[in-house]
Amino acid sequence: MRDVKPFVSPKLVKPLVFMACLLPLAFGIWAGFTDQLGANPIEEITHRTGDWALRLLLITLAATPLRRMLGWGWPLRVRRMLGLFTFFYACLHLLTYFVLDQFFDWEEILKDIIKRPYITIGFSAFVLLVPLAVTSTNAMMRRLGKRWGQLHQLVYVIAVFGILHYLWLVKADYLLPLIHAAILLALLLVRAWYQRQSLSIRRTAPQPP
Amino acid sequence: MLIKRPNDIKTSEITDEKIYHQRRAFLQTGSRAALAVAAGAAFPGLMFSNDAAAQIAALQFKKNARFSTDEKVNSLKDITRYNNFYEFGTDKTDPAKYAHTLKTDPWNVRVEGEVEKPADYQIEDLIKDSQLEERIYRLRCVEAWSMVIPWVGIPLSALIKRFKPTSKARYVEFTTLHDPKQMPGQKRGVLDWPYVEGLRMDEAMHPLTLLAVGLYGQVLPNQNGAPIRLVVPWKYGFKNIKSIVKIRFTETMPNTTWNLSGPQEYGFYANVNPEVDHPRWSQGRERRIGEFFKRKTDMFNGYEEQVASLYSGMDLRRHY
Repeated sequence: MRDVKPFVSPKLVKPLVFMACLLPLAFGIWAGFTDQLGANPIEEITHRTGDWALRLLLITLAATPLRRMLGWGWPLRVRRMLGLFTFFYACLHLLTYFVLDQFFDWEEILKDIIKRPYITIGFSAFVLLVPLAVTSTNAMMRRLGKRWGQLHQLVYVIAVFGILHYLWLVKADYLLPLIHAAILLALLLVRAWYQRQSLSIRRTAPQPP
Repeated sequence: MLIKRPNDIKTSEITDEKIYHQRRAFLQTGSRAALAVAAGAAFPGLMFSNDAAAQIAALQFKKNARFSTDEKVNSLKDITRYNNFYEFGTDKTDPAKYAHTLKTDPWNVRVEGEVEKPADYQIEDLIKDSQLEERIYRLRCVEAWSMVIPWVGIPLSALIKRFKPTSKARYVEFTTLHDPKQMPGQKRGVLDWPYVEGLRMDEAMHPLTLLAVGLYGQVLPNQNGAPIRLVVPWKYGFKNIKSIVKIRFTETMPNTTWNLSGPQEYGFYANVNPEVDHPRWSQGRERRIGEFFKRKTDMFNGYEEQVASLYSGMDLRRHY
């Protein structure tokens, strides 16, 4: 691994990333109080929280490729935090839908979840996020051992679901969902590439006598 | 010129106070936006407001109470800053940001197809023989939001009578300007440009069907479809084609843009119908812009009494 001189003290990385992740929320609240959410604030809040949940999910998935490709270690140290912020914005997104958009009209919500494919898949992505958030503590990692890693492979399913949710809800302009899909694909390809390499290294390594 | 400055009428007589204040608010937001641009914020198109300010000219019109709803009218700000006009971008805030590049003067409308005298009309000639009317209509977007908008325009039927369509004319097809220089959204193939919409002849002749040239007593802002657009209040918003350059009378049903883009989702008729859902979302309720709780969507957007007879005997599930 390359020896990269850090721009900031390693101690500051976590608090800085933490604050950066709160910025979209802060901007949103500021926009709300200064009447800058436009004519349809509920739609705007729904879009913003959903956008950030998906963006943070992709950023979380970029941690490992960044270490592999650039030798950066710090993204891996904040990966859990990024994952939890993904969950945080997904919760806000879902709450916006339940409370602001549907105002607890559970019958209507249930119909949506069953009948509307983009809501079915978006809701599924959220449900799958829950066990990952719950098992994100050190204690849970120790308790689950090897199975922890297997469980957290779900993140790939969640990412695909999240992007399908986006793709299926737009009317005609697929550009933004496709950009997200391309980024996810690139991140997965980098992983696959390094996995194959490490496999071939193992294969070509001299066998013990 | 479309813009008439009536010297003999005081502004106070044609602009009620509420509208006046809304206009002030509109101009103020405009100058704030201009400041933001000066400050280097990344919103290149917001300067439109200054052009809009220069353009603001009162139209002479009479209020048509019979065809107007008495529901609370949406603010000029909401109407001009939140709408779909994909020719300027697919975000609902894009039209207000980018429509300043549209040049609406001079403007010609070609009338062709099954008419006695196909011709090019300057927009002034199109409307000069008709009395402009203000009609406050509900507008229901297919995306399940709605507004109440005070349009100024003329009934389409008055024009059609002047064009003298032949007996073969069964449909009317409208086309929007196609010029990616003026309409930057057309540089991307999001839809099959130019935008085309159509009506059956009896729908086009219906007294509710309006060709609008104004909004809130003023010339239509570019982002709302200047200089001339269709308003069919019992249909979903996308039928209300904007910035019309061609009116064509046809024997066969026109191929319309959204119908081509998603035939399962957007029909030719596109009548507001709470019983027939969009395949991806419910049409049973809508959010009126400015309200928190969703409200029930009415059949034909509340114009059932006036228009239901146009569709008697038709299966509206099939002809959505």
